[in-house]
Amino acid sequence: MSMIEIKGLVKAFGDLEVLKGIDQNVEEGEVLCIIGPSGSGKSTMLRCINRLEEPTGGEIYIDGNLVTEENIDKMRSKMGMVFQSFNLFPHKSVIENLTIGPVNVRKESENDAAEKAMRLLERVGLAEKAEEYPRNLSGGQQQRVAIARALTMDPDVLLFDEPTSALDPEMVGEVLDVMKDLARDGMTMVVVTHEMGFAREVADKVIFMDEGYIVEEGSPEEVLGNPKMERTKDFLSKVL
Amino acid sequence: MEFYLKGFLIACRGIPATVIVSLVAIVMGAAIGLLLALCSQVKSRILRAIAKVYVDIVRGTPMLVQALIMAYGIPQLVQSWGIDFKWTDYGGMAIPAVIVCGLNSAAYMSEVIRSGIQAIDKGQMEAARSLGMSHGMAMRLVIIPQAVRIILPAFANEFVTLIKETSVLGYVGVVEILRHGQLWNSSSYQTFPAYIGVAIAYMILTIPLSKLINGYERKMARKEAAA
Ligand SMILES: Nc1ncnc2c1ncn2[C@@H]1O[C@H](COP(=O)(O)OP(=O)(O)OP(=O)(O)O)[C@@H](O)[C@H]1O
Ligand SMILES: [Mg+2]
Repeated sequence: MSMIEIKGLVKAFGDLEVLKGIDQNVEEGEVLCIIGPSGSGKSTMLRCINRLEEPTGGEIYIDGNLVTEENIDKMRSKMGMVFQSFNLFPHKSVIENLTIGPVNVRKESENDAAEKAMRLLERVGLAEKAEEYPRNLSGGQQQRVAIARALTMDPDVLLFDEPTSALDPEMVGEVLDVMKDLARDGMTMVVVTHEMGFAREVADKVIFMDEGYIVEEGSPEEVLGNPKMERTKDFLSKVL
Repeated sequence: MEFYLKGFLIACRGIPATVIVSLVAIVMGAAIGLLLALCSQVKSRILRAIAKVYVDIVRGTPMLVQALIMAYGIPQLVQSWGIDFKWTDYGGMAIPAVIVCGLNSAAYMSEVIRSGIQAIDKGQMEAARSLGMSHGMAMRLVIIPQAVRIILPAFANEFVTLIKETSVLGYVGVVEILRHGQLWNSSSYQTFPAYIGVAIAYMILTIPLSKLINGYERKMARKEAAA
């Protein structure tokens, strides 16, 4: 059974059809990278997986369970999401950002949640920032906290929407390192990214999207190294 | 000079009534206003329509008229149904006064709260939901606490406005600051000292509050600039 199963996913905003029938599986422990030009529907596909956008058609299964409007809160806690703009809670300290989910959604005790939060902060190298507020952290640090926050709910899957696009270049590396570390540990990850180096190094599978379709998919060597489709070649020649 | 002092001291006797009515009303206004703001955000058209009609009615009519309806109109209507109803049996004329002030500030607060909620980046709701929080939990833990900081100055401004607006409540039997002044004027004929005293009594309530708001706004502006 696949960790994520996407069947016939269609999404329209009014008359604008953004996803035109997406079929894709992600296996447990797999890292899937999604690349493609701006407006091709990459974010929309990712956001449909945890239903931040409601699909117009098609089905999504997480670990064999159909995601519906009714079970969405439960399903979402199996999926961590990391956003381009971090979206940390500015009125909460770093550690509170990490305990808010477990304490309120899963009713863990403050102590247990805080202990786990500190372990996760150590993992992303930010234990000493636990009491800081997000605004006092650099972009790279904020994104590492956001990744730690996504891990607090012990998700089966992590979804990343261009996690390094809002960062100054010198901070991209520290965030990618954390992500590589997660991938090595066997986390199932779906990553929308413009970082071709990361995709080449970490991805098990790369898909190239354009105009709401998956145009090409395969291993990083195939899609990035030896693309078959004209549109993929065209895109890669512009970004590489 | 002593008339002025006398006028001021007389007006000050109304301060407890004015402050209590305003305080209870602002709390009631905030609570109902929050409810209205949440109603105006939901998918249900009926709830949205109710919230909108409520705000339109309250903002489209003078508070004095609402107070007269609540204090005198409603008891007469209820009595015409054969039920014996007098506000004085239910805690006095301050009760309809507080209700009207509360309902009034609710209409205003709902707009303030709504714009405060809308000012929060939608990524905050998405981040909260993606941790598995329900919409209500995300509102309570993430959105509203941030919105409160934004709306605090408008909230305090509304309190200042409310304090001044309670001056119409003398017409519905509440003996507050203005009413004390009027009563003294009609027995002493010291019209100018009476109303100057009233004005000063209002000012010692409103000016410190306004100063507080300005201070808070400057502090927030500095924080913004530093961030
Ligand atoms: N909420 C929305 N309402 C209307 N149109 C939307 C909405 N969200 C996205 N779109 C449109 O859907 C299309 C695909 O958007 P999407 O964000 O998925 O693209 P993307 O591949 O992630 O692009 P980028 O690389 O710029 O992030 C775009 O044309 C966009 O304008
Ligand atoms: Mg995008």
